[in-house]
Amino acid sequence: MRHFKFSKLLTYFILTVWSLIVLFPIWTLIINSFKVQKDIFANPFGLPTHFTLNGYITAWTQGRFDLYFYNTIYVTATSLLLILLFGSLAAYALAKWKSRVTKFLYIFFIAGMMIPIRLGTIDLVRMMKALNLLNTLWSLIPVYVAMGMPIATFVLTAFIEDIPNEMFDAARVDGASEWNIFVTIVIPLLRPALATVAIFNMIKIWNDFWFPLVFIRAQQSRTIALGVSLLFGQYQTDWNKALSVLSMAAVPMLVLYVMLSREFIKGLTAGAVKG
Amino acid sequence: MALVATPGEKKLNPAKKLYRSIFNQETRRKTIWLLFLFPALAVYLVFMAAPLIDSLRLSLYTGVGLTPTKFVGLQNFIDLFTNPLWRGLFFGAVLHTCEFFAIHMTVQNTLGLLFAALLVSSFRGRDTFRAIIFAPATFSVLVVGFLWTLILNPSWGAVDIILNKIGLSSWALPWLGDARVALPVISLTSAWQWVGMPTMMFLAGLVGVPEELVEAARVDGASEWTAFWKIKFPLLMPVVGIVAVITFVDNFNAFDVIFAMAGVRGTPNYSTDLLATLFYRVGIAGEQPSGLPNMGIGAAIATMIFLILMIGVSLWLFVFRRQTPSQV
Repeated sequence: MRHFKFSKLLTYFILTVWSLIVLFPIWTLIINSFKVQKDIFANPFGLPTHFTLNGYITAWTQGRFDLYFYNTIYVTATSLLLILLFGSLAAYALAKWKSRVTKFLYIFFIAGMMIPIRLGTIDLVRMMKALNLLNTLWSLIPVYVAMGMPIATFVLTAFIEDIPNEMFDAARVDGASEWNIFVTIVIPLLRPALATVAIFNMIKIWNDFWFPLVFIRAQQSRTIALGVSLLFGQYQTDWNKALSVLSMAAVPMLVLYVMLSREFIKGLTAGAVKG
Repeated sequence: MALVATPGEKKLNPAKKLYRSIFNQETRRKTIWLLFLFPALAVYLVFMAAPLIDSLRLSLYTGVGLTPTKFVGLQNFIDLFTNPLWRGLFFGAVLHTCEFFAIHMTVQNTLGLLFAALLVSSFRGRDTFRAIIFAPATFSVLVVGFLWTLILNPSWGAVDIILNKIGLSSWALPWLGDARVALPVISLTSAWQWVGMPTMMFLAGLVGVPEELVEAARVDGASEWTAFWKIKFPLLMPVVGIVAVITFVDNFNAFDVIFAMAGVRGTPNYSTDLLATLFYRVGIAGEQPSGLPNMGIGAAIATMIFLILMIGVSLWLFVFRRQTPSQV
């Protein structure tokens, strides 16, 4: 019994220490974003003595964070919609059509999980330039949709395969077309898996920095990640502003995570543990 | 009036009727499935597979900017391996990427296994700990990198203040300015962010271990420690394989964390330059002194990363999937 208690104590000790290591930087970030410069240096870990929103206001208006937010939401939402639509259509065909061709296509799709699309960047830049899409949000969306296909087909095909065939046969006997079956049977049943795929891709797309860095210079098409990198450089000596910019970039996902942590964990680990 | 028309057939237009009379139900279904596959396949082929393959092809050309001008065979690779201009940078980046990977494997994945082993039993607050451990993985790598840059900054010295408080002031270093410690410090930052991933994967694996097996060992007098290493861990090998291969793929194209904490030139003195930052500088942004991207060498670096990934992933398929064909 004593031994049992000791091991429980040790568990709490280790997990508490690590939790502090995780929470300390997040606390430091958020609390100092409300402090004036002098306060940040004099009192880096305590509550602010002079509460200020200056950094946020400057970043939002002068730094054009309003625009970067809008762009990021637009790119993320459009890409997600297309990923879910294309991914579930393809997954239905891959799950129900058993042949050597579809087996090959399935492997072809999921091979993309192991090969980062970044390696094709040089050619993508040429392509986007030829399509006249550089500096527009539509240079990002097709790449993100392509990037989402491996995980979408992987998770969704496995999920559809688990739906008993009798359900489809019954609908077919009633004269339902494949499209009808897809819309009325598959999509409603697929909802939890769609959520997993959506969260996985949402985090990847929202946080992506590489493609905006390569494709976009123009201010009107900048995303949050690109905005953060530019403003951070600009505000590097003004810590209140720099920390405000970082908080603004981190807090939306953090709030969503606090509300949906279970789904987030499931979503992000979907590549390894089947959704 | 109507003879034997079922409601469904009445609405058919002649074209549809003809189509149905020529193709049987199976063929029609396959046509629809092909249409279902088309959008996903098209976007995947055009924006992922084709650029990747074409980038491999471009490694055989030379050219400044984005235009391939001349076919040069393997000259770009020969330059990368032997030309003093590239050789040092390339092998430096390979070495640093391996070190980056090694630190993730030892620190991040060992901690992940430890946390998973602790979180598998149920106790009060378990879900909260789980959520906290995973939280940084939802952040942007860039934000995490910038945040730690500020915290490690000696002029603010949040970390140094803490070291002072616990009496280890002599440990304080210019964390990101010292070529000996910059890469380990950046790797640990990245491990701090991503430790939740292996934790959750190992946890999912541990939950799947049948309790009877562990119970049987305990009855035979095995301690908690032996039960874990002798019974649970061997069953976890497939997960160890997945964790290793995911860490490998992520680390060999890591870019954002270096960009945020050391800049694209991998300061100080290229000591934190990884393969992806080298690829970016040479192939996309343009390396000093010309300032123009060298497409051929850039594509050659991408090809080398691709080959390294292929070798690693094949090794994983060979070792782990053969061992446990029923799993994964």
